[in-house]
Amino acid sequence: MSTSDRPLFVLAGTDGGDLRSLEDYRRVGGYVSLEKARQMGREAVLEEIKKASLRGRGGAGFPMGQKASFLPSPEQAHGPIYLVVNADESEPGAFKDREIIVRVPHRLIEGIQIAATAIGARACFVYIRGEYLSEYEILMAALAEAGSAGLVSVPIVVHRGAGAYICGEETALLESLEGKRGMPRPRPPFPALVGLYNEPTLINNVETLATVPKIIEIGGGAYAKIGVESSTGTRLFSLSGNVVRGGNYELPHGTSFRELIYECGGGIAEGRKLKAIIPGGSSAPILTADQVDMSMDFDTLQKAGTFLGSASVIAIDERACMVQLGLRVGQFYMFESCGKCTPCREGTRWIEMLLRKIEEGRASYAELDLLVDVCERILGKCLCPLGDSDAMVVASYVTHFREEFEAHIDQGGCPFGGSSSLKGLLSPVDELYRGRIHQEAAR
Amino acid sequence: MAELYDEIRAVADRYPDRRSAVIPALRLAQEHYGYLPPEAIREVAAALDTTPAVCHQIATFYDMFHLKPTGRHTIDLCSNAPCALVGAGKVLEAFERELGIGAGETTPDGLITLRTVECLGGCGRGTVVAVDHRYREPVTPADVPGIVEELRREH
Repeated sequence: MSTSDRPLFVLAGTDGGDLRSLEDYRRVGGYVSLEKARQMGREAVLEEIKKASLRGRGGAGFPMGQKASFLPSPEQAHGPIYLVVNADESEPGAFKDREIIVRVPHRLIEGIQIAATAIGARACFVYIRGEYLSEYEILMAALAEAGSAGLVSVPIVVHRGAGAYICGEETALLESLEGKRGMPRPRPPFPALVGLYNEPTLINNVETLATVPKIIEIGGGAYAKIGVESSTGTRLFSLSGNVVRGGNYELPHGTSFRELIYECGGGIAEGRKLKAIIPGGSSAPILTADQVDMSMDFDTLQKAGTFLGSASVIAIDERACMVQLGLRVGQFYMFESCGKCTPCREGTRWIEMLLRKIEEGRASYAELDLLVDVCERILGKCLCPLGDSDAMVVASYVTHFREEFEAHIDQGGCPFGGSSSLKGLLSPVDELYRGRIHQEAAR
Repeated sequence: MAELYDEIRAVADRYPDRRSAVIPALRLAQEHYGYLPPEAIREVAAALDTTPAVCHQIATFYDMFHLKPTGRHTIDLCSNAPCALVGAGKVLEAFERELGIGAGETTPDGLITLRTVECLGGCGRGTVVAVDHRYREPVTPADVPGIVEELRREH
């Protein structure tokens, strides 16, 4: 089966191009589902979403129908109910929400309106990451067009972030939207009861909402037949790393990594060998090349000790030094830790420092053990998964590539010499260090 | 600046709670001043009926706000793992060579600031570089002299 024969939902009708204008979107049946949903009534719409077993596409994979069922009904609620759209896509490896906004902004708007009507929302807020400037402009243009066509009955406010990975975490996002620093809230209470401005709030990812119009169109039962049992429907897989053709590919859940990497992506560039696969963005523990036939669905990956996350697949070829990769990934979590919980704030720094020592050949075996120990001490002790992500992925690099870590210690330096594909990289954390060294030298 | 005050008030009206407008208000102020000096933060606070401290803590938390002047143009290079795997390090070296500065620095004439940033969300077409906040993807070392020349000419 070639890619074009596959059922397309999120990108349906794009045919390799863009469907930015209302006219183009209408031509492929756009906004018909919204009309249908309004006639069905809110409970029937929620029932279809439940039947579809639509799991959240942002990373956590929580069923949308179930999440929506935690909300009070508009009659029960004492104040307004809000819908918040998470468009703060910042997971390293993920670039799918951006593609949805650029190519089919109206499908997102339609999904938002269907969901907002179904939960009886008074207003919707789209939190889009600050760096997505062109995407913001495209979304605003589509919104203006939909608004003047009378398609936006629940008002939508588009709110731009200002550069903070943590704001993709739903409670940090709410804090940020309220004009505070993006620091996660303790749960419970969950946002469904105490969310934005302390009101009941449903938070969903862009791709999740952009899937809703097709579910209403074909029915939840029909949608649930696509994919595999625990992971229904299609997914926009973001493929990156050392492949010939990186990009987003909409495929049914249950497709193998091999198909994505070799058929869609054209295989590993320059005929090199695959070494490792990051299955769900940099926060997902790593897999090795021999796991390439694994099915890409929530349950299979969970059983393998990792997760599908945002379905961002990073293929890594044989030239990568796994200690360097761990260090770069670790620097990201250190840089992005909001600093609220001590195990994350301090632990991410310890991980970075120890990985740096190992990479530079200054570490002992005791420090490799300490690295694993620090990872264990972060796990499960924070309000959000940022620190856990750092701990789990670094521990997975050590587990799967221990001999490389040990070789750094034995040889007193990087066994790749200067030949690693990651050689010569610098990160914002390095810039901070360097800035500090300059300041100290100037004193 | 009465104009900035009015713009901020208009943005704040979109939200049920005015404080939600701190980020958009700081962005407007940064567009006016080029960065966020203390007077900009005081103006934002006054327009939102809050304190400068409330606004300052936001300005320091989010990466896109600058408390010190930056160059007239900014080059933000993604250095995260997906871009690094496909040669972001070499693209960075090319920019450093072309501009004669290191990452995190501004050219002596104040024209261009070069920075490495975290994932910009273009991983399938790395290396991603945001030039004045507009993405270029993919950028290879061969593209670098042209990009720098373009910014110098524009000036």
